[in-house]
Amino acid sequence: MQKVKLVEEVINTIQSGDILMVGGFGLVGAPLTLIDELTRLDVNQLTIISNNLGEAGKGLGILLRQGKIKKAIGSYFTSNREVGDFYNQGKLDIQLMPQGTMSESIRAGGAGIGGYYTKTSAGTELAKGKEVREIDGELYVLEKPLKANVALVKAAKADKLGNLVYYKTARNFNPLMVTAADYVIAEVDEIVEVGELSPEEIVTPHLFVDAIVESKLILKKEGVVSK
Amino acid sequence: MSKESQELISKRAAAELQPNSIVNLGIGIPTLVAKYVDSSSVYFHTENGMIGVSELTSEDDFDPSLVNAGKLPISEGIGASYFNSGESFAMIRGGHVNVAILGALQVDEQGLIANWAIPGQNIMGVGGAMDLLSGAQKVIVTTNHTSKKGESKIVKKCTYPITSLRKVDLIITELAVFEFSGGHMVLKELMPGVSLAEVKDKTEANFEISDSITILC
Repeated sequence: MQKVKLVEEVINTIQSGDILMVGGFGLVGAPLTLIDELTRLDVNQLTIISNNLGEAGKGLGILLRQGKIKKAIGSYFTSNREVGDFYNQGKLDIQLMPQGTMSESIRAGGAGIGGYYTKTSAGTELAKGKEVREIDGELYVLEKPLKANVALVKAAKADKLGNLVYYKTARNFNPLMVTAADYVIAEVDEIVEVGELSPEEIVTPHLFVDAIVESKLILKKEGVVSK
Repeated sequence: MSKESQELISKRAAAELQPNSIVNLGIGIPTLVAKYVDSSSVYFHTENGMIGVSELTSEDDFDPSLVNAGKLPISEGIGASYFNSGESFAMIRGGHVNVAILGALQVDEQGLIANWAIPGQNIMGVGGAMDLLSGAQKVIVTTNHTSKKGESKIVKKCTYPITSLRKVDLIITELAVFEFSGGHMVLKELMPGVSLAEVKDKTEANFEISDSITILC
């Protein structure tokens, strides 16, 4: 099975109304090339599950400006001031989640778990409308799994089977998101032959990955640049 | 808040850290605490997926893919490790992080903290604040004593939305250090040059005064 694909080709997997998971903590570990290609794709009504919505006019912030995003699920949108503007104008739904709950819900989504109880957010506004249960004398909130149609993730290296290794704090949500979507596209800086990665160093085993593309845009000291 | 006040607070918070402890620093003043700690004596955890955070040695020499939770560049200490966000928050919620140092909008006399949302404004971010409160073994709040409007941030009851039902353990401001003991807020230390009268004047919360109150100098 040929998993190595062209960005222009594989991006067409995404359809209007899809739920997408997009890796990254801000721009660090975000699949910048796939996001850039998505800005040229004629889709709308997307639900984006990502920690942030990029920055104003950067990364996922471009998709927001283009009006392609219907709903954003994440933990910290403060870094893009335009998110509040779109929300106030009724152009964007927001589901704010504690970061640990968001990551655990993605893990649950990928692991076939139907829900779990966490102490996080119990007694706060973010627990409103959720089932609360006392377990061993403490209050826990029922959280449901998150799943997506397509996950766009970033890794440092892939072999042609789709085994992935990550780089420093660019790992973040990526290894969780690969497990929780129907179709997973991994953007990587380097593609190597099968056997070149040590089995011990592989973080994401290949069964989670459907397509591999090589990055064209990368994050450098000066910002997002062409590779 | 002045640089001197920030330095005073972060130095005092640094003195709380036991050797070999796992410490998570929030955004703002908490981040400055690292400057006053030998990073080979404690292990700094950052929720975006690393233990062994070390300060940058030079401002020009940084890796854009190596950042802390405030998205500021950091460096890799000896013995550092990386992990995904799920594992990182399992460490936090699971009680494996010894100390979290967090900023606050308000802390009340019960020890409840509000540090993520302002009433009447859009709530756009929560990050890892609620998770850290629910799981860190000890929570230290570092904050200026009063808001920019001059209102006390140490209040009788939080009027801003609380972050957790879990109560904090210690509050460090530029004026004083309070600890919570037996459900009461207790004034433990006065910062250099600060009088008890000033602390009483700028604190809305009711507090007890420790028998062994220390005046720092």
